[in-house]
Amino acid sequence: MSDLLETDGERLLTAVRALLQRKGVVTEEEIAERRAATDNASPGQGARMVAKAWLDPAYRELMLSDGTKAAEALGIPMRGMPPLGVLENAPKLHHLVVCTLCSCYPRAVLGYPPFWYKSAAYRARAVRDPRALLASEWKTVIPDDVTLRVVDSTADYRWMVLPMRPAGTEGWDEARLTAIVREGDMIGVTIPSV
Amino acid sequence: MFAPGDRVRVKDAWPEHQGPAHIRTPYYVRGVEGEVVRHLGDFANPEDLAFARPAAKVPLYHVRFRKDRIWPERKPDDEILIEIFGHWLERP
Repeated sequence: MSDLLETDGERLLTAVRALLQRKGVVTEEEIAERRAATDNASPGQGARMVAKAWLDPAYRELMLSDGTKAAEALGIPMRGMPPLGVLENAPKLHHLVVCTLCSCYPRAVLGYPPFWYKSAAYRARAVRDPRALLASEWKTVIPDDVTLRVVDSTADYRWMVLPMRPAGTEGWDEARLTAIVREGDMIGVTIPSV
Repeated sequence: MFAPGDRVRVKDAWPEHQGPAHIRTPYYVRGVEGEVVRHLGDFANPEDLAFARPAAKVPLYHVRFRKDRIWPERKPDDEILIEIFGHWLERP
């Protein structure tokens, strides 16, 4: 192939893949499986989990006790991923997730993080002045009688928020509920509403 | 080992001042007292993993801090919940 069509990076990748396979570190199938999992990861996956938890108390229990198993129960590939923890919002408790050290994010269920999640400004303000951050950047006002719990994702877990089901969704089915859950609702910067 | 509800203090240690280090304990919580929420499991010590050294599994805890212990805040009940490895915790 000509140099115009194949970059050094691609040649290096091809060589490393061949070596990893020859040494028995990974198989072609495992690479394909991980590529598919990465391509399919998006906030839509987390939204499916949230909607199911709103409708199914047994699933909610599973999700809070073992997020990884709950994701797998919906067919979301979790093999090789860090354990998933789920933080449940309540009338007097709101969670906000940040990674002050770097950019740890539950990619298996939320996909790539939004650009601001990795910014120094978000990471600093989320722990130092979270109420003002939410109010000024997202117009999310946490009432004074609600405890704000900032979760700094510093180690081996990845965290997502299970928001409260909004009023006005009584009788909605799972697909309709899934459609209202946004990425920010599962980070804690926004709150679902209809 | 620590149990849920135990009062703990994060060590006021600064190993990064002694040379290259990979530390998962945020600066802002060093020396601060908090409460163990639960043991999250045991994980390979990232301080060794980062340098490709043999890494023993060490206990990881979810530790809750009152926000006003770290920064002044008009809402003293607000909290910060952080994953902290057991070897960074001591009894106050």
